[in-house]
Amino acid sequence: MDEKDLELLRILEENSRLSAEEIATMTRLSPGDVEMRVSALEAAQVIKGYSTVVNWEKAGNGEVSAIIELKVNPERDYGYDRIAERLSRFRQVKTLRLMTGTYDLQLLVTGKNMQEVSRFVSEHVAPMDRIRETATHIIMKSYKVNGNTLFEQAEPERQPYSP
Amino acid sequence: MRNFVSKRAEEIPPSGIRKFFDLVLTMEDVISLGVGEPDFRTPWNICESSIYSIEQGVTSYTSNKGLQTLRDALSRYLAQHYNLQYSADDEVLITTGVSEGLDIAVRSIVDPGDEVLIAQPSYVSYAPCVTLAGGKPVPVRCSENDHFKLNPDTLAEKITKKSKALIINFPNNPTGGVMSEGDLKAIADIVIDHDLLLISDEVYAELTYETRHCAAATVSDLWERTITLNGFSKAYAMTGWRVGYLCAPQELLDAALKIHQYVMLCAPVMGQIGALEAIRASEEDKNNMVNEYRLRRNMFITGLNRIGLPCHVPEGAFYAFPSVKKTGLSDVEFAEQLLKEQRVAVVPGSVFGAGGEDHLRCAYAVSRKDLNTALGRMEAFISSL
Repeated sequence: MDEKDLELLRILEENSRLSAEEIATMTRLSPGDVEMRVSALEAAQVIKGYSTVVNWEKAGNGEVSAIIELKVNPERDYGYDRIAERLSRFRQVKTLRLMTGTYDLQLLVTGKNMQEVSRFVSEHVAPMDRIRETATHIIMKSYKVNGNTLFEQAEPERQPYSP
Repeated sequence: MRNFVSKRAEEIPPSGIRKFFDLVLTMEDVISLGVGEPDFRTPWNICESSIYSIEQGVTSYTSNKGLQTLRDALSRYLAQHYNLQYSADDEVLITTGVSEGLDIAVRSIVDPGDEVLIAQPSYVSYAPCVTLAGGKPVPVRCSENDHFKLNPDTLAEKITKKSKALIINFPNNPTGGVMSEGDLKAIADIVIDHDLLLISDEVYAELTYETRHCAAATVSDLWERTITLNGFSKAYAMTGWRVGYLCAPQELLDAALKIHQYVMLCAPVMGQIGALEAIRASEEDKNNMVNEYRLRRNMFITGLNRIGLPCHVPEGAFYAFPSVKKTGLSDVEFAEQLLKEQRVAVVPGSVFGAGGEDHLRCAYAVSRKDLNTALGRMEAFISSL
């Protein structure tokens, strides 16, 4: 991993749809070199995948997301790892983190509708061994996701010429 | 009625880009590479701290020199980043942009008849500022063969008994040229030999892509005879905030301060508050912007060379300075026709003085998408010639 790899990662994190040729001119590498480095980063699982930032509220499919916080009794020898791994197997769990503070684990869960999310929490998550308490927060509106603002901002007017 | 306009005001030529400006206003769908400012918004923490200060009623004059906290922070920053040693109390003055810094620097050292050498191509206000101060601007040409560095021999040729000072600006607007420590040493020898003062406009210091910027005042014994100018506009995307600074040994600074207190009193306080936040907490924003400029530069320079506009690799600032010589058009003709036929606005190099003719200044401080579209249009224009 060198400075050029880090540069590639920053570029791809912002826009993974750029072609190897486009990235090559930006980084002063050859397109072949770009492809080789990206393949190596994929093989090493530094690049875990490529996805699209979708504003689902705008797409209007009615999907519901919730942030769920869990208080968990950690396990001897394993701490939070085994229960976290178990939770992360659920398709509905998009993001899962161990946190400091009042709660231990924080999940981002999505479902087709409110019923699906609440059923998932009450039937799968809450009854799980070692989970002492849950708090479910339904997301009402997203304004910024992973560095992308989801609301429209007017571009300020620029002078066409300035010295 | 008499003609009330002073001879000095009459003497200054009007801006060379005015007619392009008027033309562009009548057109739609123009991609402008003619703008010498970042396309990013000012980082929000900077805006927020300024807004908060206004809400708290911080809206009065500051001391003439500027907020003590800002000068303290700047003094530490310059020492850390550039090994520049200036005391916050006596050797740092906050100005209303580098433009004011330049004006008061020139006015505090020029007497009628003094010659001021100006490394060109250069920012358009240097020569008029010298003229307004009663001095005589003497252009010193930096050539493409030297990667637009100031050549010590060319400089030496222009020195006369009347030479008083030299103005340089590296990284350079409009060429993107930079000067290394070694390059500056050769210039320092001449400046010291001829007992000149150096005004170094380093407003693009943060925008270098291959090497770290070398501050002129840190080279040889230049410190005692250098006025360093810098500001927040380019590095932090704060052009409209109008905050710059002038650093110099106390005797020189005091002279500039006298002019500053009569003509400006102080830089706007809300701008100074924003600048303080910039220096305290916006390093990462700045680095992100510099990284993005680097990517755009690489992409754009490759594109220019591909479409037949040879261009040296600019190591600093955010300007490409390609040559149009091969097209058979002058820089003004090229820029005019390109704007009319393909709706891409660039600035003819001759606007920037000696050494600028036959070149174009293209600011790559626009989105990659616009840069690509502009390259496509420029290519179509060249094929039509």
